[in-house]
Amino acid sequence: MEKVAAGGALTTRVDALLAWGRKNSLWPLPYGTACCAIEFMAVVASPFDLSRYGAEVVRFSPRQSDLLIVSGTIVHKQAVILRRIYHQMAEPKWVIAMGACASAGAFYDNYCTLQGIDSVVPVDLYIPGCPPRPEAVMHALVELQRRITEGIPSKAQVIRMEEEKKGEGA
Amino acid sequence: MEGKVRVEGNPFGDLVFRTEREHLPAALRALRDDHGFDMLLDTTVVDRLELPDREPRFDLVYNMRPSLGGLRVRVQARIPAEDPVAESASGIWRAAEWGEREVFDQYGVRFRGHPNCKRILNHKDFVGHPLRRDYDIKKQQWLSEPDDLLDEMEKKRAADPEPGERESMLINLGPSHPAMHGALRVLLDLDGETIRHAVPEIGYLHRGFEKSAEKGNYTQVIPYTDRLNYCSSVMNNVGYCRTVEKMLGVEITPRGAAIRVILLELGRIMDHCVQLAANLVDLGALTNYWYLFNEREKIYNVIEALCGARLTHCYFRIGGSSHDLHEGFAEGVREVLRSVPRALADVEKMVARNRIFLDRTVGVGAISAADAISHGFTGPCLRAAGVQNDLRKDEPYYGYETYDWDVVVGEKGDTYDRIWVRFEEVRQSLRIVEQALTRLPGGPANIDDPRVVLPPKREVYENIEALMNHFMLTMYGIRPPAGECYGAIEAANGELGFFTVSDGTGRPYKVKVRPPCFYVFSAFERLVEGGMIQDAIAVLGSLNIIAGELDR
Repeated sequence: MEKVAAGGALTTRVDALLAWGRKNSLWPLPYGTACCAIEFMAVVASPFDLSRYGAEVVRFSPRQSDLLIVSGTIVHKQAVILRRIYHQMAEPKWVIAMGACASAGAFYDNYCTLQGIDSVVPVDLYIPGCPPRPEAVMHALVELQRRITEGIPSKAQVIRMEEEKKGEGA
Repeated sequence: MEGKVRVEGNPFGDLVFRTEREHLPAALRALRDDHGFDMLLDTTVVDRLELPDREPRFDLVYNMRPSLGGLRVRVQARIPAEDPVAESASGIWRAAEWGEREVFDQYGVRFRGHPNCKRILNHKDFVGHPLRRDYDIKKQQWLSEPDDLLDEMEKKRAADPEPGERESMLINLGPSHPAMHGALRVLLDLDGETIRHAVPEIGYLHRGFEKSAEKGNYTQVIPYTDRLNYCSSVMNNVGYCRTVEKMLGVEITPRGAAIRVILLELGRIMDHCVQLAANLVDLGALTNYWYLFNEREKIYNVIEALCGARLTHCYFRIGGSSHDLHEGFAEGVREVLRSVPRALADVEKMVARNRIFLDRTVGVGAISAADAISHGFTGPCLRAAGVQNDLRKDEPYYGYETYDWDVVVGEKGDTYDRIWVRFEEVRQSLRIVEQALTRLPGGPANIDDPRVVLPPKREVYENIEALMNHFMLTMYGIRPPAGECYGAIEAANGELGFFTVSDGTGRPYKVKVRPPCFYVFSAFERLVEGGMIQDAIAVLGSLNIIAGELDR
């Protein structure tokens, strides 16, 4: 290490370097609609402090963020807008469904609530809880970082690869 | 009026007038002008399809009270299903504008003379009226695109007295915008940075609370109420439980009442902390957010030890609470009592003489007392406009009249007043908590009534009577007598009411929430029109609109 500090060099693969950069600088777009959004605010606040994971730069602009955290109930009226926001985000991008509503509609099994956001956007991680504790959100983030480091493709990439394969087969 | 309106006896102590629908406008006007009922609280419909007396099918309900406290009154008129039309009350109270739109949306009763009788909670392409009893709860409908709102905007532009020569720009604020608090949307017509017209749209978090409440039994509604105003879940629990207790005619124990007072006030402190933090962040003052959320976290810890949940507490039950306080609760609350004033003082020091803060809040979005009352404002927003209105003083419950505290009132009803009323209310709440904690009486937390509260587990195992009661309550639920009842508490945002209809079975026939911020938000366009675009952000934050409660 002393050599490195003295002007030496470390060698690594380009993709590993990129993954390392990406995992430590996730910029979440908190798509907060309901109760979970208040709990997400608690995650960002000082007792829990999301910035420990380099993910404190919350951006409400889809162009500037690479991690969509859907925290709260998505109803049919909102679903179209969520989908549009997701498509405006640049690749590579990940999606976390925070809480029971975003994951599966929770106990709102009724005429207006979307039964899980995976019917409009591809989801990488689901956090259980109503709302989840801040630690659960951080666990999801760490898990996502692990996937990025290990080069595991996002759900959106998987879907795209499957579609390409289907296209070749036909 | 005589002969046209008759007083109907009611088992739950509410005063109910019944009239024919053609006399409804005259009756409402007379109540407002001659009897001082200047505040329309809520409008709803009871769909009597499955009730014994089912023709004519719809029962239109107007719920009102004087703004300075006093008797509550409901006026009801029956409307047949073949011709679901009534005369609009929007000329009498502004609050009726949104209330009647909701009635149309959810029940399909139209209003003659209403300026804008279109859907409000459901999307424009929605077919049918979901709160009718014959609408299947699971029948979902997909929406292709959001409403462009141009129909309303064109109307407003046409009505503009001085359109002038200008280049107008339409801008959508929300529904996904950091300052629009989640799920609100406003279409703005801008002249430079000045807002000429604003058209708000809600319903982006309409998750069917009222329909879902008809699905389970009375106890199963409690977790749904948690998610109405999710910044202070305990208060919603209390509001709902108190209404059902009113129907059952039971009074909770002194200890139960003191526990409720402590948690109600802690809930108010939490709610105000979130409002102040979010409002100040919207104004660019981020530091205050760290300060206030730290305090919130401390209250969270107390409540988490009490009931296991941080945000959606679901602690109270009909007849008391799910269990008694734990050991160490008092110490936890005392710690909160010590630390909140310090944080509050720090935050006040940071903003009180801050030039930017003052420029952006003083005189911004002011509303007069008369307008606020007409719009159905309650809570801090009404008190900021100078109206001394607080249910804890006007219709005391749980012994609020025995505590020593003051109602906080503002002067001008602007954003600054709304923020400062909340700062002061936190202090008053701390005073109440302190007193309640000191006098916390012993005895059981729950009432001893096998119709309402499950017997202690030990007894269920040991004697047949308790076992039977346990089974009866679990299988059939709590069964209030048939009838209609309105109960309300002073929640953090204002009067939170529950209009509950029972058909004598274990399931609520109807639960209608009177959400305080629904009526507050109905005045939003009036508050921001003529102001600058950044004022819209400051005003919205100060109104404390909680989407879960607004859209239900």
